[in-house]
Amino acid sequence: MNLIAKPSKKNIKTYLPVGVVLVTLSFLDVFINAFFSYNLLGFFPNQISYFSPLILGFIGFYLIRIEFSGVRSLDILNKNINSNNFNAFLTLLTVFIIIKSIPPLLNWFVLDANFLGNSKDDCTGDGACWVFIKVWFNRFMYGLYPDAEQWRINTAFLILFIIVGISFFVPSKLKKYFILFLVFIYPFLGIELISGGSFGLKYVETAAWGGLSLTFIISAFAILFCFPIGVFLALGRRSSLPAVRYVSIGFIELWRGVPLITVLFMSAVMFPMFLPDGTFIDKLIRVLIAITLFEAAYMAEVVRGGLQALPKGQYEAARSLGMGYWKMNLLIILPQALKLVIPGIANTLLALVKDTPLIFVVGLMELAGMIGLAKTNPKWLGMAMEGYVFAGLVFWVICYAMSRYSQNLEKKLSTER
Amino acid sequence: MNLKKLNIENKKVRDLIPQAITILALLSVIIYFATNAQINMGNRGISFGFGFLNQEASFDITFSMIEYDGSHSYGRAFLVGLLNTILVSVIGIFFATIAGVIVGVSRLSENYLIAKVAEWYVEIFRNIPLILQIFFWYFAALRALPLPENGISFNDISFLTIKGWYVPKFIWTNFNIFLLSIIAAIIAIYFIKSYATKQREQFGKQLPTISLSILTLILLPLIGFLFFGVSLNFEYPVLKQLSPTVYTYAGGVSIIPELIALALALSMYTATFIAENVRAGILGVNKGQKEAAASIGLTKNQILKLVVMPQALRIIIPPTTNQYLNLTKNSSLAAAIAYPDIVLVFAGTALMQTGRAIEIISITMLTYLTLSISISIFMNWYNKKMAIKEK
Repeated sequence: MNLIAKPSKKNIKTYLPVGVVLVTLSFLDVFINAFFSYNLLGFFPNQISYFSPLILGFIGFYLIRIEFSGVRSLDILNKNINSNNFNAFLTLLTVFIIIKSIPPLLNWFVLDANFLGNSKDDCTGDGACWVFIKVWFNRFMYGLYPDAEQWRINTAFLILFIIVGISFFVPSKLKKYFILFLVFIYPFLGIELISGGSFGLKYVETAAWGGLSLTFIISAFAILFCFPIGVFLALGRRSSLPAVRYVSIGFIELWRGVPLITVLFMSAVMFPMFLPDGTFIDKLIRVLIAITLFEAAYMAEVVRGGLQALPKGQYEAARSLGMGYWKMNLLIILPQALKLVIPGIANTLLALVKDTPLIFVVGLMELAGMIGLAKTNPKWLGMAMEGYVFAGLVFWVICYAMSRYSQNLEKKLSTER
Repeated sequence: MNLKKLNIENKKVRDLIPQAITILALLSVIIYFATNAQINMGNRGISFGFGFLNQEASFDITFSMIEYDGSHSYGRAFLVGLLNTILVSVIGIFFATIAGVIVGVSRLSENYLIAKVAEWYVEIFRNIPLILQIFFWYFAALRALPLPENGISFNDISFLTIKGWYVPKFIWTNFNIFLLSIIAAIIAIYFIKSYATKQREQFGKQLPTISLSILTLILLPLIGFLFFGVSLNFEYPVLKQLSPTVYTYAGGVSIIPELIALALALSMYTATFIAENVRAGILGVNKGQKEAAASIGLTKNQILKLVVMPQALRIIIPPTTNQYLNLTKNSSLAAAIAYPDIVLVFAGTALMQTGRAIEIISITMLTYLTLSISISIFMNWYNKKMAIKEK
């Protein structure tokens, strides 16, 4: 009976080393099995051998589960990953799965992958063929934009980054002008630079735009336009005037009730029917309008949340100062309401960026669309995995950075209040 | 007196002007679009109307839950698409809820590793556009599956191949009686529940409701199987050679890869959002509530079931409804991988063939609107039911 006593501080001297050895053995077995495909505990019968690391680890974890052991690191370990049998089991399973999945992933991504070369024939390994990404990289970034003119896109984005960068460091008095420039002048400048047609720049039609730069262009313009429209719709929905209110509600609920893909279909096939015969609106502009209106409806609901969260006293105070409707909203209500819903706004913008790949339905090709094009190229068949993993990584980095930034913003604002 | 009257009139006028402008603007846009549409359609020799729904569709659909072939009407094709949309949404919602709850609870696990893994699951799958995930599963992952002749077999009952997942088909005899027995069991459970509540409230007696319910749910259908001739047989898929190199499976049900990819991507993506809702809901329950429950001697399970969950659910349900709605709308991405949902079948193929852009796009959008609104009405009702219990 004493032999299998419950682990406690009394028998720590015998239980702890045995437990640590068992746990180490089980991890080592899985590790060696995964990395060198050699079965350390192969001398056991087949069925037991398969589960042996689990059993050994489980017993080991049981033995080292000593309450108030006095060893600090052991207590922390027990508390975090070994608080009871079930947790020990989960811990073992998680660690084993992670160890097991590292070698195949490592092989595919790096060890067996091919980085050098210029064609599919250079990919001789079993792993990923990163040559595909390398060869097509320009297309993935710029779409079908002529190679010789790509400096224009680079310049446009470079100017944007520089202005945004500078505006972080200039005194707040000057900041206003930077923002005004960014919102009202820069967009036209950027479009002029990218589309060309004057100032000696070669005209590049929008059908040639594409790749990741198109994702950025569409996101930037949609964000720029959907924000004010959304604010207006939110104010309209909260308006005391029935006609304005119902029109706003109808507009918002209509867009929120349908998927973006049908809205894009509409902009592509139904919208031209509504215009006088012969009028042609550029496909990109139609898509931009569709995405903007769609996201504006979501933005309106976010802003409405902020408006509703404001205490009634703010409205009454503004009124009692003799402010009119617009003055009250612009100076008192909106600044506070928008500050409240910054996380919501950031989420809507994040959703907007994640929605841009959908423009493939109307034939515009940003990153995901270009990969679809590249993987059906007869010389590069069978490259879907590499392409989509690459696109997924790119989008993940962008979206993760955005969500992290919005979380930080949220934290900063919540401590300020 | 006069001034006051003027003021009121002024206010009325002031209110009227923006409203009149809004309505006028709306009307003029509608009229402008309508006249243009009329002229355009006149030029192309088509007239507005829904009569085309009765015409023969003459295109095939790869996957249909009801009988359909090219000789059926466009209306029937619409129904096939709608049912496929509902099918993938229901499957997606089911798995997204399960995965979301598991991940959400795991994020709060006291086990550091589990919490971290769950957190990274959320961070990874939430921040990759859904369409890319669908593409990944469909074009990359599922294409790596073996051909039918060496498909991955699960006990020779079902086979996973590049052409889809072949599962046994259920062949029921007297299915109606089985269905009736299930309905009867559900009604019986409802009565057991209300009886148990009465007993508890009047005499403070705790009845084992859950085990009683499970017992009824097993017992009643069992009676059907034993005495009323209900029986269930399986038709297993069997490998069949079509030509020297082409194999397929005969019998059973084939789940097409498009459906698998779409359901997988939709549920994994939406699960991340549901997980965040679940986490927020559980965290949203006041710590004092748990402590109070523990101090009156409730067990850990009782605390979770009686104190935490009812309050957490109230926080969880409204945003989760939104996620269900989003999932249903996102299922329209099916068109990208040619899963025959309503967008692909109706707004794609049927529109291409008939050229009736306005009618077809309106019907499609109205369908989604109806789906969205009905889900949100149902969930509002459910939400209200949950909220009444608040005291």
